[in-house]
Amino acid sequence: MSTLSNKVTPAFDVEKIREDFPVLKQNIHGKPLVYLDSAATAQKPSAVVDAIRRFHEVDCANIHRGVHELSQRSTAAYEETRSKAKRFLNARSKDELIFVRGTTEGINLVSSSWGRKNVKPGDEIVISAMEHHSNIVPWQMLCEEKGAKLRVIPMNQRGELLMEEYEKLLNPRTRMVAVTHVSNALGTINPVRQIIQMAHKAGALTLIDGAQATPHMKVDLQALDADFYTFSGHKVFGPTGIGILYGKTALLNAMPPYQGGGDMIRVVTFEKTTYADLPYKFEAGTPNIAGGIGFGAALDYANKLGIDRIAAYEHALLAYGTEALTSIPGLRLIGTAREKASVLSFVMEGIHPHDIGTLLDRQGIAVRTGHHCAQPVMDFFNVPATTRASLAFYNTFGEIDALVAGLHKVKEVFS
Amino acid sequence: MVHDLYQEIILDHSKRPRNCHSMADATRQADGYNPLCGDKLKLYVKVENEIVVDVSFVGSGCAISTASASLMTESLKGKTREEALKLLDKFHELLTTDTAVSQDLGKLVVFCGVRDYPARVKCATLAWHTLKSALSAELKEPVSTE
Repeated sequence: MSTLSNKVTPAFDVEKIREDFPVLKQNIHGKPLVYLDSAATAQKPSAVVDAIRRFHEVDCANIHRGVHELSQRSTAAYEETRSKAKRFLNARSKDELIFVRGTTEGINLVSSSWGRKNVKPGDEIVISAMEHHSNIVPWQMLCEEKGAKLRVIPMNQRGELLMEEYEKLLNPRTRMVAVTHVSNALGTINPVRQIIQMAHKAGALTLIDGAQATPHMKVDLQALDADFYTFSGHKVFGPTGIGILYGKTALLNAMPPYQGGGDMIRVVTFEKTTYADLPYKFEAGTPNIAGGIGFGAALDYANKLGIDRIAAYEHALLAYGTEALTSIPGLRLIGTAREKASVLSFVMEGIHPHDIGTLLDRQGIAVRTGHHCAQPVMDFFNVPATTRASLAFYNTFGEIDALVAGLHKVKEVFS
Repeated sequence: MVHDLYQEIILDHSKRPRNCHSMADATRQADGYNPLCGDKLKLYVKVENEIVVDVSFVGSGCAISTASASLMTESLKGKTREEALKLLDKFHELLTTDTAVSQDLGKLVVFCGVRDYPARVKCATLAWHTLKSALSAELKEPVSTE
């Protein structure tokens, strides 16, 4: 390890934090695991694992149904996560927070429910050049169905959106601007507040994909004024299969249900059904109860560490990683925006990302290789794929050193 | 460290792929695509009287898929169409089962290490899937490993 490895902020005891993540304490192919794939899914602290276990061992029952003790306990624990998410995002009301399977379902809910009702032929939906497939395909499907037009905010070679081009795209036909807060493939932090203000000025609504932002920075929904905001539990150290869609009350009230079934109704007869109030109108069927409870424990964990402290530590880690990687001859970072979070995406001259991924894995280093569900981003930078190291607060400066040493070994094999 | 996968002959063929060019007088061609990693490959085959007289490819891919395509082109020349397809089955068996290595595979046995890397089997088979598509009668869609 280099001497720079000792640069850890004193207030942030990463070794102690790592004790909370049992999964990190293992060898892979005989080497200590270096987990650099948190943008795909983050690891879970014991508090989350314990909460899920406790639910199954002690409180397990369906929610919103029985009058019995277990049902009341599970309902209270599940609903408590909604209140935690409200505080986590500074939402106005917990009724504006809909439980979904994850970000993908959050976006699909809006494109299906709001989109089908409000988008007409000739209308326009604006997305950006750096979207994940999950914020492209649902809008494409909607545009195809409605005869609407999908327009794309371009970006520069650093991976920053061209705001003047965005301004030109906005017009009275623009219905929705759906943009990612932080790019999963590039790490770019987009100026979403400005994007939202400009959309509103043009009379359009906004949806922000918060999947990659929520693990790394404070999100204040009231300050942002987004119309919809969605994120996934598993990227913020919770389990998979649970997430949140935020929507403004008036918009959610005016939208038709997304799915029909139990829990989302008030009265059902064969002639007519009336729907439940928010948020239940959008929550048909028995949800991922255990996941929701684990999600709550994850939000508690992140709050306890302090999202601002997390952001400061990760910022130092990213700066260190950026410098260390760019010192490797033949390595090119993909995504060099001035505002970035967590992601180090790169290509190496003459070595395919898949080979890099396999060779790093044999040294215990887990990275993601491929197109990162952002094929248009790969096309823009004219690369078939990249290798992506993504950071979380449990990563260390020593692990960045291990990555650099690992990449030098990769180069040796291919020299 | 990983010499079981990246054997010298594989590294050699990935850095200096043989028969890596287009072919103006090919009688058959097919496109291969691995959506998982974005590898793309175009295969050219010249078949005369049911015999593969020439094979070449162009494309971009990882070391395993490039070396596999390169070694495949070398091993096919002079084989009948039927023999080529039989070789494909044997190669696939090499990558996916623990059974004894077939005598007929020649140099291709260097890929036996791939069976320990399930995520990389598709890299090694892309060229062969594309070959199957090129040798079968009608071509409509690019072949995909998915």
